[in-house]
Amino acid sequence: MSALLDISHIDMEFPTPGGTFTALRDVDLQIEKGEFVSLIGHSGCGKSTVLNVVSGLYRATRGGVILNGKEVTEPGPERAVVFQNHSLLPWLSAYENVELAVRQVFGKTRSRGEIRDWIEHNLDLVHMGHAMHKRPSEISGGMKQRVGIARALAMQPKVLLMDEPFGALDALTRAHMQDSLMEIQAELNNTVIMITHDVDEAVLLSDRIVMMTNGPAATIGEILDVGLPRPRHRLDLADDTDYNRYRARVLKFLHDRHGRAAPNTEKADAKQDTDTDNNKPVERAA
Amino acid sequence: MTTLTGNKITGLRLPAIDSQLFLRAGKALAAPVAGMLVFLLLWSTAAQNIDTSLGKFPGPVAVWEQFDALYQEHRRSREKEAAFYERQKVRNAKRVAEDPGYQPKIRDYTGKETFIDQILTSLVTVMSGFLLAVAIAIPLGIATGLSRTLNSAINPIVQVFKPVSPLAWLPLVTMVVSALYTSTDPLVAKSFLNSMITVTLCCLWPMVINTAMGVSTIDSDLLNVSRVLRLPALKHVQKIVLPASVPMIFTGMRLSLGVAWMVLIAAEMLAQNPGLGKFVWDEFQNGSSDSLARIMAAVITIGLIGFLLDRTMLQLQKMVSWNSESVPH
Repeated sequence: MSALLDISHIDMEFPTPGGTFTALRDVDLQIEKGEFVSLIGHSGCGKSTVLNVVSGLYRATRGGVILNGKEVTEPGPERAVVFQNHSLLPWLSAYENVELAVRQVFGKTRSRGEIRDWIEHNLDLVHMGHAMHKRPSEISGGMKQRVGIARALAMQPKVLLMDEPFGALDALTRAHMQDSLMEIQAELNNTVIMITHDVDEAVLLSDRIVMMTNGPAATIGEILDVGLPRPRHRLDLADDTDYNRYRARVLKFLHDRHGRAAPNTEKADAKQDTDTDNNKPVERAA
Repeated sequence: MTTLTGNKITGLRLPAIDSQLFLRAGKALAAPVAGMLVFLLLWSTAAQNIDTSLGKFPGPVAVWEQFDALYQEHRRSREKEAAFYERQKVRNAKRVAEDPGYQPKIRDYTGKETFIDQILTSLVTVMSGFLLAVAIAIPLGIATGLSRTLNSAINPIVQVFKPVSPLAWLPLVTMVVSALYTSTDPLVAKSFLNSMITVTLCCLWPMVINTAMGVSTIDSDLLNVSRVLRLPALKHVQKIVLPASVPMIFTGMRLSLGVAWMVLIAAEMLAQNPGLGKFVWDEFQNGSSDSLARIMAAVITIGLIGFLLDRTMLQLQKMVSWNSESVPH
């Protein structure tokens, strides 16, 4: 049986004034239904680029992404994205932000009441039921990210894409959000790709950790199967030998890569500015 | 503090907070009041030392008297108008009583516009010109903000026309209106159209530029949200583009309204549209001993109305902006 999501030998090149910059070379990854996969690597290694190709915001130069037997050619709600800085529309309340997504996806197939219930259900799922009529400016960073997750979950995506979802949060809030995410994951069993640069987060949440080499021409260096039983509890895991072994493995990979990349770091970083920046203005296709 | 005890004696007890508030308000008002007093002093001293062919330059008192005189003129004119219609009614009633087949006729009152009528005309003209500009500039600005091609096509035109003075447009507008607007029973006067269109032409540009800027600088994450949701083009504009650029659109509208009000006065002077500009021009041509004081009264009125227009726009901007803390106070 073929995988739900097939990231098939993608190359990604960006034209720059100084010539073509190769961000990704031959990234190849298959993901099964219900799997939680983390992409980890040094900043600027092209993690976000992989995610943007899967989401359809970028088109790969060579190779492609196949979801459920169909090639991905444009962004769409079946590959919902949780953006790093929440990306809620600041003029809409939490409820209205989720509503915009739900109406777009289910507006034709569900009744008004069903839509309302579904929005409220998803906001309850991320524990935002009490503040659903507040605007983004009135709630904390963690709460905004919860609403962003609710919005993505409410689209019932085939694959949920998360771009460093907790990167901008403080350590306590982050831990809390990770626990919430594990609860939700246990309930819904979504297929998730998450970008992170936090080793603990990757080991705690993932079924597999995909470690990426440094760019330019970044690719998959190593894939680690995390065989820890679920449900996982961060306190129990702190002394768990397996957990620490997985953790050490990822750390070692990142450390080795960093050492090897050191002589070129400056040059590579300068070039990679274009590739890591997923805030780059993208011209609207419509 | 002494006033407080005074209040206590008369039985009106004020809480202590009020005296604090009073003091703070007093402090806040002290500087503007002092500034105003110094200005009035300088003005009246300078005025006494300027002799013109129409007599001494008017000081604050003379101008204040003219404000009153202008208002009295307005009231007398309204009374005359009411009396004129009353006379007609009586006369018509009498003729109908004598001859039942008579069709009563009401003739319009054709008295001279008063100062207050002219203020109203100016306001109507500026708002019509401004709203016409809004109707053109905002859709155009959104389109240019969305399409880089359209932006590069329109930008040079906007940049060239933006610094053009209204006085340069006016002769052209006058000739074009005369050529095209040839109805025998015109809905509005040509002079009104001339000044209105000139206003429109001058306040188009700041609005187009600001709207396009607002649209083209929308956070790309929000655009990505729209793409992931696959919002259709119209919904994309309605749900994302318009609300996101409302603060910039309103900044442009405020700038434009300021320009519009300045342009209008000049346009009315030249187009002889019965507004504040024409009032100033007529008084200048009139050359009576009161003229300068009346012009000065008009100048102050123009300033006050301009200020009020700007405040109104600011309030409106606060009401519709999602990031109201970014709106200046």
